[in-house]
Amino acid sequence: MSLAKPAMRGLLGKRLRFHLPIAFALSLVAAAAFKYGVTEPRKQAYADFYKQYDTTKEFNNMRDAGVFESVRTTGE
Amino acid sequence: MLATRALSLVGKRAISTSICVRGEHGVAKVDDYALPAYFDRRENPLPDVRFVTELSAVQKSLKEKEKGSWATLSNEEKIALYRISFKQSFAEMNEGTKEWKSVIAGMFFFIGMTGLVVLWQRKFVYGPVPPTFESEWKEKEVQRMLDMGINPVEGFSAKWDYENKEWKK
Repeated sequence: MSLAKPAMRGLLGKRLRFHLPIAFALSLVAAAAFKYGVTEPRKQAYADFYKQYDTTKEFNNMRDAGVFESVRTTGE
Repeated sequence: MLATRALSLVGKRAISTSICVRGEHGVAKVDDYALPAYFDRRENPLPDVRFVTELSAVQKSLKEKEKGSWATLSNEEKIALYRISFKQSFAEMNEGTKEWKSVIAGMFFFIGMTGLVVLWQRKFVYGPVPPTFESEWKEKEVQRMLDMGINPVEGFSAKWDYENKEWKK
């Protein structure tokens, strides 16, 4: 009936020493994953889109479709 | 500990009696709930009184033996002494109940009842839905959004193939 005396002190310190490095590491991984999985592809997508964007052509398409309130469609 | 021993020797009411008689006001009736009580709680590990108040002869002799060296007590005697002072061990008082099953059952039941109420509401309370939900209207709406080029980079219009006039595969 003799059990080892349980740890009476330093419980919070022990928990922090174990969990804080893991928490930091996981947070960094999450941030890196979001940056390289979401934001970088998004920036690239926008750059690629506007490289081939012809403003005048798009404007004329929209005008012909009749979405503008202050620009009449061509041929009126 | 001393107080509980004094209580068990002198008797519950005698202590209040001896205090009150000195002041010559008579004896006030002491209600059971006003006296120190025993209860099994994790945050109160040593309650004010022992669990067993009336000791049998065997238990009394055990208590006498306790006054001597504890090394002479066997394991069963130590457990018997523990059970005199306490009703449930920490392991016993901390064990979970099966209450969660009732809780989950109740949750499902009330969610189901709410579902029925919502269905009844849909049928008998709410009026008709606005015309903007009809298919014709929605088709015109989608066409206008594509003409305007809503979210052309990564969103709505990005999924439309403008050359072939169909949704991208």
